[in-house]
Amino acid sequence: MANVSVKNLVLNFGSVEVLRDLNIEIPSGEFLVLLGASGCGKSTLLNCIAGLLDITEGQIFIGDKNVTWSEPKDRDIGMVFQSYALYPQMTVEGNLSFGLKNAGLGKQDIEQRIARAAEILQIEPLLKRKPSALSGGQRQRVAIGRALVRDVDVFLFDEPLSNLDAKLRADLRVEIKRLHQTLKNTMIYVTHDQIEAMTLADRIAIMKQGIVQQLDTPYAIYNSPVNKYVAGFIGSPEMNFFDGKLAGAKADGFEVEGKKISLKGYDFADAPRQAGQGACLGVRPEQVVVGSAAKAMPVKAKATVELVEPMGADTLVWSNFAGKPFRFLMEGTAQIGIGDKLDIGFDPAKANLFDAETELRL
Amino acid sequence: MADATLNVGQLGEPSGTKPKRTFSRRNIILYGTLIVIAMYYLLPLYVMVVTSLKGMPEIRLGNIFAPPVEITFEPWAKAWATACTGLNCDGLSRGFWNSVQITIPSVIISIAIASVNGYALANWRFKGADVFFTILIFGAFIPYQVMLYPMVILLREMGIYGTLTGLVIVHTIFGMPILTLLFRNYFTSIPEELFKAARVDGAGFWSIYLKIMLPMSLPIFVVAMILQITGIWNDFLFGVVYTKPDIYPMTVQLNNIVNSVQGVKEYNVNMAATILTGLVPLTVYFISGKLFVRGIAAGAVKG
Amino acid sequence: MATIGKPNSLFRNMSAKIAAIPMIFTALVVFVGGTLWTVTYSFTNSKLLPREKWVGFDQYERLWGTNRWNVAIENILIYGFFSLIFSLVIGFVLAALLDQKIRFEDAFRTILLYPFALSFIVTGLVWQWILNPEFGIQSMVRGLGWESFTFDPLYNPEIVVYGLLIAGLWQGTGFVMCLMLAGLRGIDEDIWKAARVDGIPMWKTYLFIIIPMMRPVFITTLVIIAAGIVKLYDLVVAQTSGGPGIASEVPAKYVYDYMFQGQNLGQGFAASTMMLVSVLIVLIPWAYLEFGGRKNG
Repeated sequence: MANVSVKNLVLNFGSVEVLRDLNIEIPSGEFLVLLGASGCGKSTLLNCIAGLLDITEGQIFIGDKNVTWSEPKDRDIGMVFQSYALYPQMTVEGNLSFGLKNAGLGKQDIEQRIARAAEILQIEPLLKRKPSALSGGQRQRVAIGRALVRDVDVFLFDEPLSNLDAKLRADLRVEIKRLHQTLKNTMIYVTHDQIEAMTLADRIAIMKQGIVQQLDTPYAIYNSPVNKYVAGFIGSPEMNFFDGKLAGAKADGFEVEGKKISLKGYDFADAPRQAGQGACLGVRPEQVVVGSAAKAMPVKAKATVELVEPMGADTLVWSNFAGKPFRFLMEGTAQIGIGDKLDIGFDPAKANLFDAETELRL
Repeated sequence: MADATLNVGQLGEPSGTKPKRTFSRRNIILYGTLIVIAMYYLLPLYVMVVTSLKGMPEIRLGNIFAPPVEITFEPWAKAWATACTGLNCDGLSRGFWNSVQITIPSVIISIAIASVNGYALANWRFKGADVFFTILIFGAFIPYQVMLYPMVILLREMGIYGTLTGLVIVHTIFGMPILTLLFRNYFTSIPEELFKAARVDGAGFWSIYLKIMLPMSLPIFVVAMILQITGIWNDFLFGVVYTKPDIYPMTVQLNNIVNSVQGVKEYNVNMAATILTGLVPLTVYFISGKLFVRGIAAGAVKG
Repeated sequence: MATIGKPNSLFRNMSAKIAAIPMIFTALVVFVGGTLWTVTYSFTNSKLLPREKWVGFDQYERLWGTNRWNVAIENILIYGFFSLIFSLVIGFVLAALLDQKIRFEDAFRTILLYPFALSFIVTGLVWQWILNPEFGIQSMVRGLGWESFTFDPLYNPEIVVYGLLIAGLWQGTGFVMCLMLAGLRGIDEDIWKAARVDGIPMWKTYLFIIIPMMRPVFITTLVIIAAGIVKLYDLVVAQTSGGPGIASEVPAKYVYDYMFQGQNLGQGFAASTMMLVSVLIVLIPWAYLEFGGRKNG
């Protein structure tokens, strides 16, 4: 078991700053997900930790050992790639054993390790086959197996499920989670899929432009995003944002298009604030209640249905609130049509408030 | 968010970029090998230039690798204007202009025909098209020797055997497989939706080709031009078979000058003539750079 | 046109068919027609002009009984064998060297490839000059003090083929390198990363992972080189004119000489048919592997 720590890491490609002063502490046994849109530097960071990219400044520790200058093979890591990167002309067994043979391990030891990995991943029947005769899901299992046999402390996953179709992705996601529960290794997992991130992670690091925006548990990231970017990135359908300003003597109210909303019960951050300050209120579509229950909510309104998107379990309704498009979720069984008038309401205490300038949480 | 850890790097632990010595053993071996190889490849060019700038007495005394003591451009002038092949003594200039007259129309016609061909194959597939195309590609591998004489008969029947026109036709025909393949592959890679949209808009065969495909395909036309200019300029076999001494292309004339058995061998003139002949494709090569590589790779790999 | 019926299939897609006429003409008349014509007339005793006097396999018997042809075949086999091996090995090694993320990659590639832009005539003449024993390498080494040094491949019937080989490799290896480099660049970078994480040394990665992955590139390159070898002609004409004596004759030259200078068309046709046969021997298995074997992956 090993913890991983990234200290003051900077990576420049020429004059382009790809990673800027990153500091991440990953305790032993944690499942950390690096999440972000493409080009945010998440895969780059993973490659740095693996030692596949030379960093410009800073240090990387794995298991309290400074590995900043170490070769990938000496870092006690195993890595799984998006394109599987299996050696195509070797059998599955050959793929699993090639690295071990090069490390000079004994034949018996290698056989034992392969048997164990094959059992964990349920790929025993595939050992004699070549990668070209495997399905995408099976290939990815073998790729995980190649990391597994190395008997390493840290697993690195670089978008391992992105090449699979939706159903397989869901299946393998569960397996990876189970694998983590069995092995209890430290795992660092890069993805752009927020469902994967939410379901797998102990903690998520949301990245943008080479900077970690928020590093916290999935719960905290979903419920109290530190800034507007994170709030908008996490959650589907996307959060509704209303640009307005703070109001009231203690600046504990919100005003948008002449509509005043009391923020009673909202857990304000420590940042100083004042009335009249520009702010942005974020309400998740799933926080909105419809029908008779809406009457009990602090904020109530009548909404006219403009567009309906049935999604099976839920139905997404497009409407209008305070002069802005407003999305909210209803049950999939709801029978509504365009032009229907609905009672809606939400609790601002559970909403999110951001500064208009800095976009940080208020 | 910045962690207030002090920079451990100052304590002498590994930090930041892994230090790399410029003169590591790996680099010395790698660059050393490459430089030696590069010198080997450059050697003939160097020898050509050096020899062509020496006078004959100096050549007889020194070795061919020594730089010229006394630089003279006379061999160049002689090679260009007065060197003899058979009865003609007007130098390589005659061959040069012949080659220009052969290359320009051949390049234009062969590319025009092959691009329309490739376009028809990529976008307007008709029954049997693939059969002809397969034959064409296999034809590229058939030794020319097999088709030399039938081609002579064909040209003779048309009354253009031994003329520049005849040679242009020969180049157009034998350039067709590779060019058609090149254009077909390129046009296939253009999204089909574009072609479909144009058809829905009512454009026909020629207007789609001229107004949509052509403007999008400039790079591949350049690649094809590079391929054809060097290929046709460097041709020897067709030149010697299908033309007469008066209109021999430059390569044939060069060979006749250098390998003529009469008279005293003037190595400096020979080398000047050799450089002159190589100059056109070399210029094309150095100007086109990466496109040249793309051309030969595209023509070869995408079977 | 009031009726909307099924249009005559001949006139459907008419423009495309018209545009394809040159291709159809080339494929059918020149390639198929020409080949069949030559093969057919190789069974006649045509001399200055083709004539239909059938003589069966006489021309072939005479061909294989001719010393010059046998020398030509032997030469092309030796040249072909070494040319294939050295082209592939040198081309791949050069590509691997250039693929090390080196500086000045473009400059090195430009230098290695420029000979390919030159014609075989130019190539042959330059190397004829460099290998000239009186002035070239031999004289230079002797000038350095090694008086007995002998290196005159173009004047020694025993090794003249290797003189051609040096020139041919100089001209063509850059091209092979480019094909190999394109192949190397086409390999998924994750493979390299995976090998690094696995701790596999670079030479082992090349030998056991990369080269097997590049099998299609090697095969295509092999076919291209082989097709070029059969056509070998200009280089010989320029560098040695087939000499000394007939020591560096090649089949393509034999064909040309008999067809256009020896006024013995029948011999030329028979010889060129043999060239065709040899190409088919290379081409058919390849086409089978490439196109026929694709179904089973």
